[in-house]
Amino acid sequence: MRKYLLTGCEASAEASIHAGCKFYAGYPITPQNRFPEYMSKRLPEEGGVFIQAESEISAINMVFGASVCGFRALTSSSSPGISLKQEGISYLAGCELPAVIINMNRGGPGLGDVTPSQSDYFQATRGGGHGDYRTIVYAPWTVQELYDLTYFAFDVADKYRNPVLILADGILALIMESVKFKKIKKRFPKKNWALTGCKGRKPNSIKSLFLTPGILEKHNWKLYRKYKKIEEKEIKYERYFCEDADCLFVSFGTCARICYETIKILREKNFKVGLFRPITLWPFPYKELENTIERMKKIIVVEMNLGQMIDDVKIANKKNLPIYFYGRPGGGVPTPEEIYRFFISHLVGKKDKLWK
Amino acid sequence: MEVVYKKPESLKDETIIYCPGCGHGIIHRLIAEVVDELGIREKTIGVAPVGCAVVAYNFFNFDVTESAHGRAPAVATAIKRLLPDRIVFTYQGDGDLAAIGTSEIIHAAARGENITVVFVNNAIYGMTKGQMAPTTIPGMKTTTTIEGRNVKYHGYPLKVCELLSQIDGVYYVERTSIDSIPNIIKTKQSIRKAFKYQIENKGFSLVEILSPCPINWKMTPKESMDWIRDVMSKYFVLGVFKDKGG
Ligand SMILES: Cc1ncc(C[n+]2csc(CCOP(=O)(O)OP(=O)(O)O)c2C)c(N)n1
Repeated sequence: MRKYLLTGCEASAEASIHAGCKFYAGYPITPQNRFPEYMSKRLPEEGGVFIQAESEISAINMVFGASVCGFRALTSSSSPGISLKQEGISYLAGCELPAVIINMNRGGPGLGDVTPSQSDYFQATRGGGHGDYRTIVYAPWTVQELYDLTYFAFDVADKYRNPVLILADGILALIMESVKFKKIKKRFPKKNWALTGCKGRKPNSIKSLFLTPGILEKHNWKLYRKYKKIEEKEIKYERYFCEDADCLFVSFGTCARICYETIKILREKNFKVGLFRPITLWPFPYKELENTIERMKKIIVVEMNLGQMIDDVKIANKKNLPIYFYGRPGGGVPTPEEIYRFFISHLVGKKDKLWK
Repeated sequence: MEVVYKKPESLKDETIIYCPGCGHGIIHRLIAEVVDELGIREKTIGVAPVGCAVVAYNFFNFDVTESAHGRAPAVATAIKRLLPDRIVFTYQGDGDLAAIGTSEIIHAAARGENITVVFVNNAIYGMTKGQMAPTTIPGMKTTTTIEGRNVKYHGYPLKVCELLSQIDGVYYVERTSIDSIPNIIKTKQSIRKAFKYQIENKGFSLVEILSPCPINWKMTPKESMDWIRDVMSKYFVLGVFKDKGG
């Protein structure tokens, strides 16, 4: 099968086109500028609409409009831009509209920097905007997986009528890797709810406002049932070297890939370490992580932030194992060797019974 | 017997919940009549604002979506670009269009989006019960300008038609009023023109309508109409600001 050498931005953009995305709106921000640039050329070639919006606020509301009339729609940005999109994402969730949003996470807070980061974990997994809602969040670790998950995200968004977020970072946005393409989608779910003009049917409306007492509460419970179903059905994760491991690395996205290299070094030195990598950050694979640590003694969480995923790891850590953390916030990217050194000095100390 | 007056098909048989003397009901009816007369009900998609008219989908008998506060032009942009043979309009108040949504309206206009904007200027924030709007005229009392709008302190109102008429992408902008029967008839003609231009693919049209908000203005409906005629339309002068078609 043919392979293509693409940056993460290009691969994700191409995946969206293969998935039948017909609308993109975005606003330039480093490190994802290649995304709108690529879409500006490719999407019109495929009969879609590209708009360079005047702001991220406008871009997400254009995506809202595209979704309202039943089209598969996408926006991409990086952290400060994703903050601006949050009101729109909340509206998408409230109106039960599908859409895909890509965040090539950069360092924050504020303007931060333009280097890779995972500091938007809380924002991505806890809803981000106002109201009791959830977005499905995928965290790819290779350009291929970024392609695959973008392609898949549109189906999931349509299936649940819910926004789906892809939390990648500046590394995945910019590195080039070879990518295998999937088939171009031709068949899509029917959207009877979409606004297309009321010819031959009663008028449709899209709204998140429910002023009659009790109705909004009902609407929220309906969303809750949907989220429960997503938690049941949509969890994705991967495990490596876990069969005989007594210490577990938990890490996601690019950082998990770096940990994978550290683990190879550690394994050569006979340390029995494994890796657990959540692919869906929401819904988080709590049960699966809980089962994985069954026979383990220690957990080490590695993230390119100040430890935002630890909260979720703690929920899964019913055994109360000690949790160690190695993090690089503010755009810092760890090397496999530095994680190895941290491991040796903190987890294999003199007092440590595990690896004497 | 010949029927000379009836409920337009484009209005649902719903009780209008706007306050007594409010202009939204009149303007809804004018839009509905125009949509009926142009025979476009089944291909019209409305974009409601955040403001009193947020519930417009309860009244219009065609497809209507909600939009976030001020973002209706962005929502309409995408709908029209994807469904170019449908008729897409936004319905926006002055807070929605001229304060929080200034960016969206200016850029939709600059892109020359082929949409129709019905801009209801009641010089106040109706839904949140009477605060200063970007169109509150100097001296006017609101709940956040209790002594009256002092331009030295609160700044000046924004004149949307004057502003937008400077933009190359704009095809047609007019300011009208519904303070009298003749002006209501004229307003309907302007709305019709704005929709016709869209049907003819001419580009961006906006009709600004001076509209009463008696409850928040603390006037009777009659006083409100008089105030539009005697005071408000002196500041917001009625007329065509740009019409590339005529
Ligand atoms: C982001 C956001 N900010 C503020 C509000 C509160 N709000 C609702 S309507 C409104 C003003 C509406 O005034 P206008 O657009 O003039 O319309 P009117 O109600 O007078 O018809 C405001 C500030 C909101 N819903 N969302």
